[in-house]
Amino acid sequence: MNIINFDHLSANPILPEVQEAMIDVIRNNYGNPSSQHSLGDAAATALEAARDSVSALINCPVSKEIVFTSGGTESVNHAIKGVAFAKADKGKHIITSNIEHNAVIRSLKRLKLFDYNVTSVSVDKYGMVDPAEIEAAIKDDTILISIMHSNNEIGTIQPIKEIGEIAKARKVLFHSDAVDSVGVVPVDVQELGVDLLSFASNPFYGPAGVGGLYIKRGTAIWPMFDGGVQENNKRAGTENMIGIVGMGKAAEFAKRDMEKRIAHSKMLKEKFLRELPDYLDEYIINGHPEKSLPNHISISLKYIEGESVVLMLDEEGIAVSTRSACAAGALRASHVLLSIGHEFADAQGTMVITFGMENTEEDVERFLAVLKETVVSLREISPLYKK
Amino acid sequence: MYSKTVMDHFKKPRNVGTIENADAIGEVGNPLCGDMMTIYLKIEDERITDIKFQTFGCGAAIAVSSMLTEMAKGKTIEEAKKITNKDVAEALEGLPKNKLHCSNLGADALQVAIKDYEDQKAGKPRQERQQAEKHEHAEKDVCYCPYCDSEVGEGEAFCKSCKNALVHL
Ligand code: FES
Repeated sequence: MNIINFDHLSANPILPEVQEAMIDVIRNNYGNPSSQHSLGDAAATALEAARDSVSALINCPVSKEIVFTSGGTESVNHAIKGVAFAKADKGKHIITSNIEHNAVIRSLKRLKLFDYNVTSVSVDKYGMVDPAEIEAAIKDDTILISIMHSNNEIGTIQPIKEIGEIAKARKVLFHSDAVDSVGVVPVDVQELGVDLLSFASNPFYGPAGVGGLYIKRGTAIWPMFDGGVQENNKRAGTENMIGIVGMGKAAEFAKRDMEKRIAHSKMLKEKFLRELPDYLDEYIINGHPEKSLPNHISISLKYIEGESVVLMLDEEGIAVSTRSACAAGALRASHVLLSIGHEFADAQGTMVITFGMENTEEDVERFLAVLKETVVSLREISPLYKK
Repeated sequence: MYSKTVMDHFKKPRNVGTIENADAIGEVGNPLCGDMMTIYLKIEDERITDIKFQTFGCGAAIAVSSMLTEMAKGKTIEEAKKITNKDVAEALEGLPKNKLHCSNLGADALQVAIKDYEDQKAGKPRQERQQAEKHEHAEKDVCYCPYCDSEVGEGEAFCKSCKNALVHL
C-alpha cells in the first residue's frame, strides 16, 4: 500500500537531486578533506561548498561559523554543554523554557549533576515564551539562554529576535534550537541575534544523521569530541562527507524553494483546518493560531488515546505522529502539552500532523474521511465518551 | 511492534460496549499512563453469561480488554478469578516490555467487577462504580537503565549496576 506521509516531522524523503549528490560522493569523491593530495582537495572543496550553501540558508556572514554535526541532538548538546564548560568560571546559571526538546532538557539535567542551575520559564496557553520573563530570570552568573525557535509538538514559533536583543544587552550567550525551523521557515541568524543555533538536514529534505551548529565568531565553547582539527577545531573526527554534501545540496533547494514550500504547506494546513469541523467535533487545536510552523498541526482528540489513532490510521495507509503518554517510551504525558495547560486525558489524544511537498489536496481529503471513521470507532470503545 | 493477535483484537475488538442493568461493574485506571478501562458483567448461576468493556488507552490496552472478555465469557466466577495478567498477555502472544503494564488494566478490571458482584451478594451497599483503591501491581512496574538495561527504581540518581547518572523525565 502507498503510505501517505503526514509525519514529516519524523522523516522527510530525500530530494532526488540530493540523492544524486550523495551517490556522487560515494562513487567519485570518497577522499578525506584533511589529506594533502588531490583526492583530499576534491573532498575539501565539496565540504566547503556544502558549508557555503548551509551558511547561505541561515544568512550566516562567514561560512566558517558553521560546524557540521551528526544532527540536531549533537548540535544542541554541543551548544549547551560546550558553552557551560567554557564559561564555568563565569557562572553556572542557564535559562530555558518548559517546552524544550529532550535534547535540551536532558543536557541541562546532566549539567545539574555538575552543579549548574537552571531556570525554566513557563509558557502561555499557546506555548509562547514571554521575553520579559526571561529578562527577569537573568542573574549575575547567568551564562546561557536556550530557547527553541519552533516547538516540535505544537508548532509555536517563539519571539527569538526579542530574546536575542535581551541576551545581547545583558551580555548573556543565546542558543536557539531551530531544528524544526531551519529550511522550513526563514531563519536569519543575524536578524535573530543568536550566538548559537542548532539545526538538522532532514527537515529540509536532506539525509538524517547530519546537522549543523552555528557558532558566532568569538563565542566561548568547548568541543564535544577531542581528536583531530576538523571543523575549525570545533568537532574532531573525519567528516561525514556523504551526509554533509547531501545537506549542502538540500540547503540550496530549501533556500530557492522556501516560499513555494511554505505556500504549499499552508494551503494544505488551511484546507485541513477549514474542513475539519465537517468531519469531527470535540477537539482542540494546539499551538499559536498565527505564529506557528506552516506545515504543522497539533490536535487533541477528546476521549481517545493517540497511539491507537496512529495504529488505526496506519492500517489505512496514513502516517501521523502522537504525543500520547502511551506512545512515549517513558509513559509520561508530554511536558509540552501539560505546560500549555492540557488535562492529562486531552494530552492523551494528541496527534501531530506535518505536511510535506509530496502531499496533495486529495491526500488531505482522504485523511479527513479516514480520521473521522477512526475517531468514531475509538470513541465507541472509550468509557469517557458519553453520547 | 505488536503481535498478529494483538493487532487482530485491536482492529476488531470483541465485546465492546456496556450492559444495561449489569450485575457487576469494574473500573480501573492505569497508574502508569493514566488510561482507564471499565468491565460490565452479566452473571447467571455464578457464571459470566455476558461481558462488555470500554477502554481509553493504547492499542495494547484495547487488545488486552478484548482478549480478556473472550477469556472470561462463559466462565464461572471461580474460574474467572484465576485469570491473570500473564494469561492475557500470553494469549495475545506476548506484549512489548513497556506495554506489559497495560495487561494489568484488563485482569484488574475483571477482578474489581467480580468483587463488586460479591460485595452485592454479601449485602454491602453498592457503590456507583467500584474504584480500584490501590493498584496491586504498581510496584512491579519497573524502569530500566538506558545504558545497561538493568532494573532501576523510580527517581534513583544513579544506576546501581553501571553507575551511570540517570536522567529521569
Ligand atoms: S494504556 Fe497507556 S500504554 Fe497501554
